[in-house]
Amino acid sequence: MDLYAIIFYLFSIVTLASAAVVVFSKNIVHSAFALLFTFFGVAGLYVLLMADFLAVTQLMIYVGGILVLLIFGVMLTSDVINVQMKTGTMQTLPAVLIVSALAGTLVGVFWSTDWKVAQNAVGFESTAPKIGQMFLTSYLLPFEIASVVLLVALIGAALIARRERKAS
Amino acid sequence: MGLPRSKRGNLRQFDIATSFPMDAIQNLGVWGSILIAVLLSAIPIVFILLYALVTLYMEMKVAAHMQDRVAYMRTGWHGVLQPFADILKLLQKEDIISRQADRALFILSPYVVFIGTYAGFAAIPFSSIYIGSNINLGAFFIVAASSLVVIGILMGGWASNNKWSIFGAMRSAAQMISYEIPTALAILVAVMITGSLNLQDVTRFQEGGIQNWLLFGGPLPLMQKILIIPFTLITFLILFIASLAEVNRTPFDLPEAESELVQGFNTEYSGMRFAMFYLAEYANMFLVSGVAVALFLGGWSSPFGSFLSGPIWGIFWFIGKGMALVFLQIWIRWTLPRLRVDQLMYTSWKVLTPFLFVCIIAVGLILVL
Repeated sequence: MDLYAIIFYLFSIVTLASAAVVVFSKNIVHSAFALLFTFFGVAGLYVLLMADFLAVTQLMIYVGGILVLLIFGVMLTSDVINVQMKTGTMQTLPAVLIVSALAGTLVGVFWSTDWKVAQNAVGFESTAPKIGQMFLTSYLLPFEIASVVLLVALIGAALIARRERKAS
Repeated sequence: MGLPRSKRGNLRQFDIATSFPMDAIQNLGVWGSILIAVLLSAIPIVFILLYALVTLYMEMKVAAHMQDRVAYMRTGWHGVLQPFADILKLLQKEDIISRQADRALFILSPYVVFIGTYAGFAAIPFSSIYIGSNINLGAFFIVAASSLVVIGILMGGWASNNKWSIFGAMRSAAQMISYEIPTALAILVAVMITGSLNLQDVTRFQEGGIQNWLLFGGPLPLMQKILIIPFTLITFLILFIASLAEVNRTPFDLPEAESELVQGFNTEYSGMRFAMFYLAEYANMFLVSGVAVALFLGGWSSPFGSFLSGPIWGIFWFIGKGMALVFLQIWIRWTLPRLRVDQLMYTSWKVLTPFLFVCIIAVGLILVL
């Protein structure tokens, strides 16, 4: 087994095990914190795929932004003292249907794709300059639309926060 | 960061450049290269431990002399052995975990905080021949890795099940997230001038003496340099202020505010677990200083051009400049009072961020014209 495989399995185990904790943990705060290791493991897998920019962005956006927000929410709702939140099983039938459809699609894609494995060593090249160039040339419109959507979200958030203050 | 899959499948992300026999590593096989990787990545931890001892002593002595006291005088000459005594004391302390605490998260928290800090050290260029991982996104990676610290602090504060702790953790998270924005924008200004996120490249860009530091406009043509200097000075100042907030130091030490929140998120921690938080805080102080040094103060390059430069002198200059900024942080801690929460947010969002937007636009215009 070469080093690449060892690292790959290490990150995969971290990702899957922590994802299992997220799903099966009875304590919602534990679930939220376990998500940290899932995001971290996925970032590691990106690194192995030589997507360096994507990996760091994953850490920045998901760990630094979304996860912190999520933990804030969970901490505030489940109270400072651990009030039991409901983490039971419900809506079993729709869940089973959706999950099996999703899993079927993924496995189908996985089997039907003709995976090409590079025979020789592939030289590493930083992806950040390429992504930047692509965004400002070929994919300028999607990039601009995404930034407008983000701006709208930003202004919306500020507006909601302001209105609440006036009411009180 | 990127792992080139070479024929033997070896780890090659360590940039030991010319001075290290790369072929020898490749002949060691899988376990040999793992061993080398572990040894090389352990270098910063040796540095952090030694540096923490020095800073522990320095902090107490500087504090005392600023208040016209003398601090430790009995353990060794002028109390130089006091840090060792402190560590011995911490080692002997009882490891207390309160019954109502969330045990797993409580134990995990100091490690997450320290790992977040230590991950940042991977991209710090200590010298032209030593950088943990010569990734192209160094500065961006450090900003991203520091978000682990936020999670760790939230974890510790929540797991302690103590209102002071959770207040401290909340404040800390809000503060660190707010100040990440000025930090990232200030880094962006430096990146715009140098054209690289790799801290090693940014340092090379500034080689050749103090006049080439980005703080003084970098090695640009004279006309551009004169125009750009005011903006780089402001950017450096803002980066330094934001870095104070990132490491929760006075005047931004609201998360620990001992007079109102007891000790904030680490109130419930004792013994070595508390020491771990402390070590992480000190390591973080050097980390943010290291980033500021690499970006604006020429990194490992000598301030006198080719005089006293070289790989070994590089280490001296880098650590020297870093320690100067750490001293500045200590100096400020014992000079300024603490900010209020609203003042803290005001400073970040309404003062630092708009100023940086102006800097970014101005620097961009100057570079293009």
